[in-house]
Amino acid sequence: MEPLAPISKIAEWGPNTVIAVAALLGVGFGFVLERAGFGNARTLAGQWYGYNFAVLRVMFTAIVVAMLGLFGLVALGVVDLSLVYVNDTFLWPQLIGGLIFGVGFAVGQYCPGTAVVACATGKIDAMVFMGGFFGGLIAFFFAYDTLETFYLSGDLGRVLLPDALGIPVGVVVVGVVAIALGAFALTHVLDRKFAAKRATP
Amino acid sequence: MADSIPAAPLEPPVPVEVSPAPEPIAAIPAAQLEVPAPAEVPAAPVIGAEAKPEPQPYWNSYKAGAVLGLVLLAAFVFTGRGLGASGAVTRMAAYSLQKVEASLHGGTSAEADTLAKNNTYTGQYLKGPADPLDDFLVYMLVGVVVGGFLSGVLARRASFEVVHGPHSNIGRRLALAGLGGVLSAFGARLARGCTSGQALTGGATLALGSWVFMLAVFAGGYAIAWFVRKEWI
Repeated sequence: MEPLAPISKIAEWGPNTVIAVAALLGVGFGFVLERAGFGNARTLAGQWYGYNFAVLRVMFTAIVVAMLGLFGLVALGVVDLSLVYVNDTFLWPQLIGGLIFGVGFAVGQYCPGTAVVACATGKIDAMVFMGGFFGGLIAFFFAYDTLETFYLSGDLGRVLLPDALGIPVGVVVVGVVAIALGAFALTHVLDRKFAAKRATP
Repeated sequence: MADSIPAAPLEPPVPVEVSPAPEPIAAIPAAQLEVPAPAEVPAAPVIGAEAKPEPQPYWNSYKAGAVLGLVLLAAFVFTGRGLGASGAVTRMAAYSLQKVEASLHGGTSAEADTLAKNNTYTGQYLKGPADPLDDFLVYMLVGVVVGGFLSGVLARRASFEVVHGPHSNIGRRLALAGLGGVLSAFGARLARGCTSGQALTGGATLALGSWVFMLAVFAGGYAIAWFVRKEWI
């Protein structure tokens, strides 16, 4: 069948429709982040210290649901994957950027999306985090010329895991689901272990 | 056997049958992991608001994750794009830099030749005729603020407070929050996205670089978490 989605592109939505839908998606995004407990640094910190694995559980569940939906609809011919935005791969800056971001995450206990939600519910530490984030952005802007060679290194373009690993997309999807289920099981084992430790006088 | 009888607990007793894991978590006195703290160690000092009704419990993580996944899937199906947060903030920072600089040099007439406009990175947002804030991700971020606020208010979780660990204090918490913000921004820009735009969205589309980013975030987080553990446990 002819692909029906991404709807905005197939149906050629005007800019105002896209804006309205973007804002609505944002409302849903912000609402769920807050409901998950991510508007509070204490929830997020639990990931690193083993008292609350909400970060891993929420994130991997969301990835699995969206991935199954997306690639399922692609397999059915409903979604044209070539019209879906896929982040380009720049291997080295994404690796180093991820490490720096992870350090910032565990030091500040927010990431940008969760900090915005926390700001919206009055968390002053999140407002300071966003102040620091602004400062870090300005620093990056002025460091950019120095960093540009590195920023553009490892450029592989639009590469999906199935292409990179040379295995069929269905196998990768099943593999991601299996890894997520394994990770969930591990967090419950750790929960019991920590609960037992707490119960020991 | 005499040595199987525990002496006075000068040190935290280690049960014989449980091999003590050499993780930092093992050194934590058990009680500190419990959320309810006694009055002299307030878990979350609330500035201003004193007596207020109990907040509702958070959603189960799998339920929250499933709903978040459906929002992300809706973004793919309706717009062909995912969710994001740091991209919008980056545009706002570029815009603010431009405005502040121009106002320091005499209003809008000075806007043509600012450091921000001549900067290689921010120039991409500021040089063209388009409004740098007229962007998908900026509208989405406005929605995130609204959605977060709605959820927080409806669940009675909205209050002005500094969230910090039981043994930290407001000053240390704010200093580390600011530092974390600086580092996150630098990392997010290098990686072209953050937890939402790279890890979540790129992860679901199976983008190679996004998975590299996600694993690096967890690696970086666990590598540093031990050094700042006293802030939270």
